[in-house]
Amino acid sequence: MNPLAVPARELEPQSVISSEMAALDAGYRGAGVTETQPRLDYPPYRSSLARHPGRAAYDVDPETIERCAPCFGARDVEPLDADLTVGHPGAPIGERTVVTGRVLDGDGRPVRRQLVEIWQANAAGRYAHGRDQHPAPLDPNFTGAGRCLTDDDGWYRFQTIKPGPYPWRNHRNAWRPAHLHFSVFGTAFTQRLVTQLYFPGDPLFALDPIYQSIVDPRARDRLVAAYDHDVTSHEWATGYRWDIVLTGPGQTPLDAEAQDGDGA
Amino acid sequence: MTPIATPGQTVGPFFHLGLSYDRDSELVPPGSPAAIVLRGRVLDGDGLGVPDALVEIWQARPDGTIAGEPGSLRRDGWTFTGFGRASTGPDGTYAFTTVAPGPTEPGRAAFLAVAVFARGLLNRLFTRAYLPGDTAALAADPLLSALPEHARRTLVAEADGQGFVFDIRLRGPAETVFLRYPGQRP
Repeated sequence: MNPLAVPARELEPQSVISSEMAALDAGYRGAGVTETQPRLDYPPYRSSLARHPGRAAYDVDPETIERCAPCFGARDVEPLDADLTVGHPGAPIGERTVVTGRVLDGDGRPVRRQLVEIWQANAAGRYAHGRDQHPAPLDPNFTGAGRCLTDDDGWYRFQTIKPGPYPWRNHRNAWRPAHLHFSVFGTAFTQRLVTQLYFPGDPLFALDPIYQSIVDPRARDRLVAAYDHDVTSHEWATGYRWDIVLTGPGQTPLDAEAQDGDGA
Repeated sequence: MTPIATPGQTVGPFFHLGLSYDRDSELVPPGSPAAIVLRGRVLDGDGLGVPDALVEIWQARPDGTIAGEPGSLRRDGWTFTGFGRASTGPDGTYAFTTVAPGPTEPGRAAFLAVAVFARGLLNRLFTRAYLPGDTAALAADPLLSALPEHARRTLVAEADGQGFVFDIRLRGPAETVFLRYPGQRP
C-alpha cells in the first residue's frame, strides 16, 4: 500500500474542497468586480488559513530604494544555468521541453538583463528536495533548478523536462497540476513576482485550490503557457511560450538618469 | 492597451531548490567591519514560527547610495550588492549579515525594503524594516506618521547588541503592516 494513503491526520475529501471552491466562484461571479491576482484569504487552500494577513495592504508610494531593483549579471548566471537537462552524467528521463517568453513591465516594455529563476519536480512528480516524501523516483540526472537573464528584448528561455503532477496533503487525494515555479525581478523592487507556470489542458486545474485561488478565469488562464510549434524543434524537444507581465511601470530610463545624476 | 499583470502564486514548500544559494543571506561576510545582524521570526496567525518562509531584503549602503552591482548570487566577499535572501529555520527565524543602510535622501528615515514569501501565502507581501535611532526622521516619515502607533510599531526594527530584530507577523493582533504600491490591483 502506498504510505501516503495512510494520513497522519484525517484529511477531508476532494468533494469538500470542491464545493468550497464552487461557492467562492459563485460569489465572485455575482460580485461584478474583476480580480487579477490570487486571494490571500482562500480557505480551500488550508495552509493559507493561518498565513494570510487579516488587514488589507496599506497603499503607499514607493521610495527611492523601492523604485530600483537588485542588479544581476554575467557574474551571477552562466548560460548553461538555463539548461536543466545538462550538468549530470546522463540525460534526465521525461519529455524534453523548451519554455520561452518575454518579461514585460506594466507598460508593455521589455525588462532587460534581469534575473529569472525556476524550480520544479521531475517527470515523475518528485522534487529533489529533502522534504518531498512522495514515493516517486528521484532522477539522478535531474535536479530541477535553473536561472537565466532576460535578453535585450526581455526574452528568457529554459530547456528542461516537463514536470509530473504530484500529491500533497491539503486534502485527501489532492494532486497539484504539473507546474514550473518562476521567480522574476523587474526594474523596481515593487515588481517582484513569484508565480507558477502551468501546461495547457491539465485535468487537475478544476480541483486545485492554489490555481483556483485566482478566482477570475481569465486571470488564472494567464498562468497557462501556450503550446508553440515554432518553439518545438525537429526530433528534439516540445516547446511552450509564456509571457510574464509585472505590476506597474518600471523604472524609466529618465528615472535612471536622474538617479545617476544624484550620484546614487 | 495596458497589459494586465501576471498573477502571483505561492512559493510552495520546495523553494530552497531554486532560490537558496551559498551565502544568500550574507550581504557582507560575517565579522566584517560595520557588519550587523538583521534577524527576526516570521510568525503565523497562531503565533507559531513559519519554518518554510523566505525573506528578501533590498537596501542602500550606509551612505544612502544604491548599489548597481551584480554579484548577489555569487558573493565575492567585497562587492556590496544590497540584496539578500534568507529562508527561515524550524522556529521561523531568519537572519541576515549586512550593514545598516543610510537614508537615500538627507533627513529621511532609513529602511530596508522587505519581501516575504511562504508556503500557504498565495502571493508575496511587501513591507519595510525601518531602523530605530533617528527619531526626527522617523516622526517625519510619510508612511509611519500616517499609521496608528500599534501599526507603526510593526515597521520599526528593535536594536539589540548585534544589530536589529524585525519580526514579521503574517496575521493576528500585532500583524505587520504590509504595503501595496501604485499599479498593484487585487
